[in-house]
Amino acid sequence: MKVRPKGSVTGIGETAYSRGSQISSLEYQLQASLMAIADAGLSPKDIDGVIPIGLTGAPAEEFITNLGIEDLRYSALTPMGGASGIAAIQTAMAVIEAGICKHVLIPSGRNVSSGASAGVRIHQMPQFHYITEYEYPLGAIAPAQLYAPMARRHMELYGTTSRQLAEVAVAVRTHALLNDNALMTKPMTIADHQASRMISDPFRLFDCSLESDGGAALIVSAADRARDMRTHPVDVLGIAEGHPDSPSAITHRPDMTRLGLAKAAPVAFEMAGVSHADIDVAEIYDCFTWVVLCQIEDMGFCAKGEGGAFVENGRLSLQGSLPTNTHGGLLSQAHMLGMNHIVELVRQLRHEGGKAQVKDATTGLVTGYGDLGDGAIAIMSRGMR
Amino acid sequence: MTMNDSKPTPSADGLSAPYWEATARGELSIQHCTGCDNLRHYPSVLCPHCYSSDHDWIIASGRGQLHSWTVTHHSFHPAFSALLPYTLVTVDLEEGVRALGLLGDGVGQNLKPGMPLQARFQTRSDGFGDLIFDIC
Repeated sequence: MKVRPKGSVTGIGETAYSRGSQISSLEYQLQASLMAIADAGLSPKDIDGVIPIGLTGAPAEEFITNLGIEDLRYSALTPMGGASGIAAIQTAMAVIEAGICKHVLIPSGRNVSSGASAGVRIHQMPQFHYITEYEYPLGAIAPAQLYAPMARRHMELYGTTSRQLAEVAVAVRTHALLNDNALMTKPMTIADHQASRMISDPFRLFDCSLESDGGAALIVSAADRARDMRTHPVDVLGIAEGHPDSPSAITHRPDMTRLGLAKAAPVAFEMAGVSHADIDVAEIYDCFTWVVLCQIEDMGFCAKGEGGAFVENGRLSLQGSLPTNTHGGLLSQAHMLGMNHIVELVRQLRHEGGKAQVKDATTGLVTGYGDLGDGAIAIMSRGMR
Repeated sequence: MTMNDSKPTPSADGLSAPYWEATARGELSIQHCTGCDNLRHYPSVLCPHCYSSDHDWIIASGRGQLHSWTVTHHSFHPAFSALLPYTLVTVDLEEGVRALGLLGDGVGQNLKPGMPLQARFQTRSDGFGDLIFDIC
């Protein structure tokens, strides 16, 4: 590989996902952290950086207190919603490259069953204040309503159909059935999707992701150090975050069908020195089906407007040319803020993907999307020992 | 649940106060940069073109064209349940900025981008106005 990787994911942890859990968000974060630390073959005392995911995440102090970290050198937040996990990896790599940290813990965990719905939660977040002030009073409550006009615009401009959105939902559900830690356990057909009730047009119930409880965590270490650690190293070759035009209100975005990822993807591909044809597996943030289709365009797998046709004919399935969301995604595994997508990509590149393993996968990508259009992408490869 | 209007209410303070106070008069006001003449919506501290904070407000004509929309069928908030289904529309105003409003006719038939719309305000229980767009 021409590119010298600057960081590697050396530990992953993922709790069982559920709905209606009594376990607190903090406890989930700590459980997942311990799993990731053990997976990396480290002790909690080896952790010298923490980047907790989500504004509702625990502050770094909780990890010092509960994990007995004696000398934390760095902590930060990367508040980009579902793009936070990848943005945190980027930050971790930067502080490792700067010599500040050796092993950075990126924990996430949530219990949404005991709290407010997404439609209420987002209006407590500072980055949504324009929406809360000007759009919430009109009845624009939930993400489904805020994102639906983007999808509708795409349909009107390019002829994208609800049936094409169904292709995404069905492919991802098929993968969830191979995952013992997925909340959705029943097969879905295109007809099932088309018969599901309308939430906010054009989004039907099966276009929307799950609300779920659980935790996931990562360890990022220096790439040279990763050669000698417990697990097979997975190297980050290219990584970038991107912010859309009019990041605070979708209403005013000049092109509503272009996400922050459109700015990030070319940067990450160039950094990684790989082409689209090199991507063996893709874990694409799927809060809504249409968001997958739009990101495929924004990453350049096809031209803008061609995403609908791209996802047809099983292209996203394990047998297709771009196996996508091999774990079942936010749509059918669990909503863990896209941290489950990162965990799954690492698993695939370690060849620990179980029944959903993409044969001989050596290079893959993971995307994040959040906070009205922020995007992030990491391109990773199976490292050399 | 009571029939009281418990819709989320705007804070209407700082930069949003002039906007909301205008809605109570039935006026759609847009922040206007007196440094470089650009309009910006929603109101913000600095003009991103000339970085000036100097501004006044223009009253928009209310004429615009349909840009996109969503018809909401699911109840996300009890205050809006009785209104279901309702349609949120994004509208390109003739002044050059885009606005979010509610379609006057709950579920518009045969909506298409570019359809001409006209704004009006419907008085809310908090005294401000909901921005409504009617198909011309």
